Amino acid sequence: MTTPAAATRITYREAVKQALREALQSDPRTFLMGEDVGRYGGCFAVSKGLLAEFGEERIRDTPLSESAFVGAGIGAAIGGMRPIVEIMTVNFSLLAADQIVNTAATLCHMSGGQFGVPVVIRMATGAGRQLAAQHSHSLESWYAHVPGLRVVVPATIDDARGMLKPALASPDPVLIFEPASLYNMEGDLTEASSRADLSTARVHRAGRDITLLTYGASLWRCVTAAEELATVGIDAEIIDLRSLRPLDDATILESVRRTRRALIVDEGWRSVGMSAEIAMRIVEQGFYDLDAPIARVCTEEVPLPYPKHLEDAALPNPQRIVAAVQRMFGHAT
Amino acid sequence: MRHEYRLPALGADMDSGTVVEWHVQPGSKVKRGDVVAVVETDKGAIDVEIFEDGVVTELLVKPGTKVPVGTPLALLDVAGSSPSPAPVGEGGGEGSAPSPTPAGKGWGGGPAPSAAQEPLRTPDSSKRVRVSPAARVRARELGVDLSGLTGSGPDGAITRDDVECAVKGRASPPPSATGVGEGAGPSAQPSPAPAAEGARNPMRDAIAASMSRSKREIPHYYLSLTADVTNAVEWLAAHNAAVPVTERLLFAALLVKAVALACTREPGFSGFYRNGRYEEAPAVNVGVAVAIRGGGLVAPAILGTATKPLPVLMNEFRDIVARARAGRLRASELAAPTIILTSLGDSPVESVFPIIQPPQVAIVGAGAVTPRPWVCDGQLAVRQLCTLSLGADHRVTDGRLGAQFLGRIAKLVAAPESPEWGTQG
Repeated sequence: MTTPAAATRITYREAVKQALREALQSDPRTFLMGEDVGRYGGCFAVSKGLLAEFGEERIRDTPLSESAFVGAGIGAAIGGMRPIVEIMTVNFSLLAADQIVNTAATLCHMSGGQFGVPVVIRMATGAGRQLAAQHSHSLESWYAHVPGLRVVVPATIDDARGMLKPALASPDPVLIFEPASLYNMEGDLTEASSRADLSTARVHRAGRDITLLTYGASLWRCVTAAEELATVGIDAEIIDLRSLRPLDDATILESVRRTRRALIVDEGWRSVGMSAEIAMRIVEQGFYDLDAPIARVCTEEVPLPYPKHLEDAALPNPQRIVAAVQRMFGHAT
Repeated sequence: MRHEYRLPALGADMDSGTVVEWHVQPGSKVKRGDVVAVVETDKGAIDVEIFEDGVVTELLVKPGTKVPVGTPLALLDVAGSSPSPAPVGEGGGEGSAPSPTPAGKGWGGGPAPSAAQEPLRTPDSSKRVRVSPAARVRARELGVDLSGLTGSGPDGAITRDDVECAVKGRASPPPSATGVGEGAGPSAQPSPAPAAEGARNPMRDAIAASMSRSKREIPHYYLSLTADVTNAVEWLAAHNAAVPVTERLLFAALLVKAVALACTREPGFSGFYRNGRYEEAPAVNVGVAVAIRGGGLVAPAILGTATKPLPVLMNEFRDIVARARAGRLRASELAAPTIILTSLGDSPVESVFPIIQPPQVAIVGAGAVTPRPWVCDGQLAVRQLCTLSLGADHRVTDGRLGAQFLGRIAKLVAAPESPEWGTQG
């Protein structure tokens, strides 16, 4: 095992690649499979070079049929392998939704515990790269709805590096959503990556006045917003949810009870999404601690537009977050 | 009618207090304003006043007992009612049996202060007053009547901080986090730290909260001038030579009075800035910053400072300083200042750059009175000089008004016999 030493500066893409390499090196049952993951090196260049390093047996290019290759991955997992299946984007995963929801999530239950499905399915999610309405959506909440699945979203270099290992160790299917806009992000890889888990949220920035609950690419929008809020005296706490299923209620509620205000920032659409679920849990468990209505900043309810200015306008951004927070403090905006 | 006398909050940061002694017994007649008990708080022992006229029928809390704010301390028969204890459940309906249990333990539980329990509606319409859940819980804990409060939250909602400010006796919103808009922000009150509570110094915390809020919110401007106070020093010496030691006046008393008189003539310095507006206080109550031995600072007020003759002022000044150091201030004195004077006259410091105590809008500082070379009538002379300074809130006044105000104080102090001082002997 190759535990990274002190902090080194790498990209999110490199962090994912290191995790894949470590998994392939440490367990002969592990292989990577998906569209263009081999010769092309992955549509986001995450697996570039791995084919030469590990060979065609373990880095497998598949036909353009999500249902077929996700199904094959599920079958391999049932058969004792530890497959990593890559789907280009969450939009395309809908072609494999039957395999994921009807098979992977249910088999342990339907076999009376005889068959676990230890498959890891990675996919890109989110917008910000002008890939238009069929490649840019954030549909992770759809999967977070389903019992039997684990859904995680690494937003940091450490989590991109660290979450794959516990995902492969999980006896149940794990979906890892990689925000496409973060692949080029650089950051410090620290020793904390070796402690990544699949169930806890993390306080990314401690604060006193309001809790910003977020995950994925929106974490960094919140970081920018929190810096701006600090200049007007509002000390925002940021929680990186990390895992959407299960949700770490304890960490969320501990923070909200302290700050008494919660704003949820979600790149998913507002209706029937993660933000609604999180808000309801806060109301169920922390109603009497609230000092303001819970608020949310989500993506506008439109198919994501292609033109940059429209895409930008549709997504959560630091300005919208700051404005929402100020409204919660009764400030005219 | 039976009335429960509850432990009042003697400051926003007070959650509980220890009854040290009772000044009344069952059967004692009390009037509104009478000191009925001494309660030990973070700020020291405070004489607690009663708010109703009546006869004490029962003391519910023994001396030495620490109880939460809002706990009934004694039962009274309120004047004009039958002398026998009222039957439990009188009037039916919402009238709940007085209970000696502390209020505010959960929602399904026993009787609570009815004010906080009733649905809140504005008098003339069915529009519901918005109160945050956290504010309701806090109001119940503190026994605060929510109907009189102004909300600073979104859509005018009453927040937890509004409730805490209300018990401090000022309707101002709490430490607002920003200068943006007019609403309140997050509280600068130190939130109770679960661990290490015992290690904290409550007075330090209170000063930290107030001063942090001040520096965060109030755009201060500072002015200073050097006042020639030779005449005042000589006048005081002459006065003091002719009276018994106990009636001697201190220079600080002159300063207090001069600040108060200047406030009556120059509006914009004695009052409160809250909810985005300045309100001039109806009476000038100059607070005197008193350093506590062993650290800390309080600024109790001399009520109605401007109207009191100097000898009276001097007596009250002595009394209030002594009681501040003994930790025996009245709650009303702590809450009352409309402007503060901080004098470092007994130290070698020449001038003070004073920080306003919110929601006040000005603070006057005075350095030590020292003999220095000074040009007087075109001649170099040795004169008694004192540097006066002003920290003022730029949202309310500007430098020119500040200069007039400070100049007026200097003029008053320089000429203690001038008619501007009015009649006071």
